[in-house]
Formats: sequence, structure tokens, C-alpha cells
Amino acid sequence: MKVLYFAWIRERVGKAEEDVSPPASVVTVGELVQWLAGRGEEYAYAFDNPKVVRAAIDRVHVQPQAAIKGAREIALFPPMTGG
Amino acid sequence: MSHIRISSDPIDSAAETAALARGRTDIGAVVTFIGVCRDDEAGEKIAALSLEHYPGMAEAEIESHVREAETRWPLLGVRVVHRTGRIEPGETIVLVAVASAHRQAAFAAAEFLMDYLKTKAPFWKKVEAAGVTHWVEAREKDAKAAARWKAPARDAAE
Repeated sequence: MKVLYFAWIRERVGKAEEDVSPPASVVTVGELVQWLAGRGEEYAYAFDNPKVVRAAIDRVHVQPQAAIKGAREIALFPPMTGG
Repeated sequence: MSHIRISSDPIDSAAETAALARGRTDIGAVVTFIGVCRDDEAGEKIAALSLEHYPGMAEAEIESHVREAETRWPLLGVRVVHRTGRIEPGETIVLVAVASAHRQAAFAAAEFLMDYLKTKAPFWKKVEAAGVTHWVEAREKDAKAAARWKAPARDAAE
């Protein structure tokens, strides 16, 4: 599945998007964030406070407990500051 | 009757407002909100803001809130224009223009749309100040402002 990063999460990870294949044990968005955090120093830094990470699946806001099964595009980003 | 645009081009608020009401004689009220880049962010003098967005989702999110506003109030037209990229103090960041037969619906819908834009539309601001940059933190008061619309809206058209 494709994962997109925005704002300071993108900067910390060092890329805007990538394809990832998490193991079957990763079921929810929250678990995906936890799994990503274990992929290396830059990921650990980007996701050091999972509480502030917001997510969207296929461009719709979701909660951390949302299931990632069937998702084409998962975006992870900090709280929004538009307007 | 809505127009949503996200672009790095400067926003011409007079032209946007005029476009909303052009050729229409049923509109009795137009409320335009313009969000402008200040030269100060949380007490710090800034040189510019940089706006990042999630293409595709930002438009869809604004669109869904415009639809929601249209179900809550009798609107005759909505225009939302959000700028991205580097924006200097004094320049317009966002424009929300709402037309209705009467002012109450137009005022309420414009405020509703702005409150949602602040907290739900995927945009992020970065501050450029004295040669260094940092991301703007989300504000609790913006979340509170958006939360108050969860209660059913009164009929503002009466």
C-alpha cells in the first residue's frame, strides 16, 4: 500500500511517499504507525509521539483504530493548520 | 453552485466575490471572509508562511463541508479559494465567500466553513522567521470553534 507523509512528518521521514508491505499482524492505522516507527531512526523520530499523528485512508479522515485492510493510500500527518 | 480552488496564485478577493454574484438577482447577501497572513505568529515577527496541502484530499474535504453547509442553510452560492506555497505578510491565504437571500445564512455558513477549514482541511503552515523555519502548531481554540457546529444548526433563514 502507498503511504504518504505531510509537513514535519514528511521532513522527519525524509520522503513524501513510499510503498510499504506491513505484516498481517498490522491491522489498524495505530499499529501501522507503530510498525513504521520501528523501521529506522528517521521513522522513530517522525513517530515519537503517536498521539499527534493524524491519518486519512483513501483521502478520508480516520481514527487510529481504523482498519487498513483494502486501503490504497494511507496518509499520515500532524494536526492541520490551514485557513 | 460552488467553486473550490487551491492554487499558489495570489487571490483577488474583489474578483472572487464579483464572480459569485455575477448575473444573479436572487442574491440578497454576500459574506466574504478573507484570511490574511500576519507579520506575527505567536509573538514572533515572521517573514513569510509556506502552505503545504494534500492534493486531492484538500479539495474533497472542502467540497464535503460546502455540501454540509448547503444542507444546513439556504445558500445560493459558495466560493472557497485557498492559497498554497510561500505567502508574505499582507497577502491573502484563504477566501470564503457565501451568497444567500438573507444575511443570517451567509454569515453562519461562512463561519462554519472557516471553522472546519482550520481543523479538518489538510493544510499545514510553516513559518519563516529570521532565516529559520518551523511548523505552526494547531490551536486548541480552533478545535473548539469547529466542535460547536456539531450541535444541530438553528434555521438561520427565518
